[in-house]
Amino acid sequence: MPGLRIVLAEDAALLREGLVGILERAGHEVVAAVGDAEALLAFVGRHEPDLVVTDIRMPPTHTDEGLRAAARIRAEHPAIAIMVLSAYVAEAYVPELLEATGGGGIGYLLKDRVGHVREFLAQLDRVAGGETVVDPEVVRQLLGRRRGDGPLGSLTDREREVLALMAEGRTNGSIAEVLVVSEAAVRKHVGNIFAKLDLDPASDRRVTAVLTYLRG
Amino acid sequence: MGAPPDAWSALRARPRQFLLSRWPWRSLAYLATALLVGIPVLVVVLCVARVFGALERRRLGLVQVRTRTRLTRRERRRARRRLPVSWPEVGYAFLLAVVLWPLDFLLLLFLVTVPVVMLLAPALAETDDMAVLGWHVDPGPEAWLATLVGLGLAVVAAYAVTLAAVAQAALARLLLDPREAELAATVAELRRSRVDLVDAFETERRRIERDLHDGVQQRLVALTMTLGRAELDVAEGPGLAAVQDAHRMAEDALADLRTTIRGIHPQVLVDHGLTAAVHELADRSSVPVTVDIRLDERLPGPVEQAAYFVVSEALTNVARHAGARRVGVHAWRHEGAFVLTVEDDGIGGATAEGPGTGLAGLAVRLDALGGTLRVTSPSGGPTEVRMECPV
Repeated sequence: MPGLRIVLAEDAALLREGLVGILERAGHEVVAAVGDAEALLAFVGRHEPDLVVTDIRMPPTHTDEGLRAAARIRAEHPAIAIMVLSAYVAEAYVPELLEATGGGGIGYLLKDRVGHVREFLAQLDRVAGGETVVDPEVVRQLLGRRRGDGPLGSLTDREREVLALMAEGRTNGSIAEVLVVSEAAVRKHVGNIFAKLDLDPASDRRVTAVLTYLRG
Repeated sequence: MGAPPDAWSALRARPRQFLLSRWPWRSLAYLATALLVGIPVLVVVLCVARVFGALERRRLGLVQVRTRTRLTRRERRRARRRLPVSWPEVGYAFLLAVVLWPLDFLLLLFLVTVPVVMLLAPALAETDDMAVLGWHVDPGPEAWLATLVGLGLAVVAAYAVTLAAVAQAALARLLLDPREAELAATVAELRRSRVDLVDAFETERRRIERDLHDGVQQRLVALTMTLGRAELDVAEGPGLAAVQDAHRMAEDALADLRTTIRGIHPQVLVDHGLTAAVHELADRSSVPVTVDIRLDERLPGPVEQAAYFVVSEALTNVARHAGARRVGVHAWRHEGAFVLTVEDDGIGGATAEGPGTGLAGLAVRLDALGGTLRVTSPSGGPTEVRMECPV
């Protein structure tokens, strides 16, 4: 994938510089690196980047500025992909993040994941490509919940596991590795999931399946 | 020398023979009968004192318009239990009967009668022979002069009556007040300061969380980023393995820190309320948890916080000691109160008392909010932790 044009928002200078370093080293162009949501919105309007990478907790209130900014960006520029980073992730924030999906990809990752540079960059590419990527920690929390009813009720435990890994933004190859099965077996599970969830073949079924899963 | 007329003279006249006389016996009998007479008097006075105190306080309202300290029935009962006999009220009853009552009577007689009679002097002097305080008032101009003097006296009397009333009221306050109003004020003040203390703790927790987030957490994240970049540059070999080890350790430290921060000031609770936060706790519990929280709206901050930590502490205890197979967290509103229960099917025998149980601290916190925390845990189980708090 060619270099992405990225606007970055992170209030801690130390982390902002680290992120810029990692992104530029990967060949992406950081068109603006800012420290709060207001500046983020201003620069997104001006530069129309491919991707926004934003922290959740930023000045002035240090609560969920990043989330609110993401929602506004999604509403005003639906094509821009958004990767939300946080020092702390929880399932409770997922519905908010997914509220305005339909445009570009959405990602929600723990900041620690940035340290696994190759995986992080791959996840950024997926989000830029329109996919949904959710932190394994959140997926673990989602898995812990009982969800017997709804469209997911018809899935087997194995299929649910595969779907959870899809939500983390993993490819079939990577899922096969985690579950210690062949990639062909994973493909079969994925096919079953699409069929059971009755997904429209014209849409990006992988994304829709993950969204169905995340919405429970 | 004849027989001495009383005990005192008897003692002084013949100090030694006195011992053998009938006077010591008579004195003893005298004191004993005083006790016999005194006891019923005391009982009657004590019974009357309470009624009397209430009456007197009401009477005070005539000259001292004050907002009454509002006490709940429970606080009133508690105050009464702690001070079973109101000695100031008894004292005041005596004082009023013996000194104040005659004094008031004389004062009123003088301060009201004299001016009124003088004011009416022109009419009175016509019909009758009139004298006030030794002043013989003739009808005509002298009578009118008396009216003027009466007017002046009326003014003076108004002041005097007020001064007397104020002085007596002050005395009554002094003797009657400490008992309930001040006690109640103290209780209210203590309760307020305890709530303040809980608030202060909360503010402090928030500050600590903020410090951790802005400080050590960011440095650790920056460290993982740096180590991650180093992994890309270092060639395969022992050097890379060491860097990867360091990276893992930094991540473990971050995970630990997140757990600590969650225990201090849970962000999900602040952002999404009790239901979401309890679900998160349930997700992390090693024992399966069923959550059923019925709330239409967010609870007040302090109640929400207390409820969260009750669930957190109860689930920790269940995981550690109960040997339970399942836990249920239920919460609902009932008649202006918020009720939350955590039940497990473990071995029982849990207690909220004693040092080292976080529930004891939470009970104090709830008490400050006017709520309660009860642990029912018969040996053999089941255990129920029940929190109730007015909202």
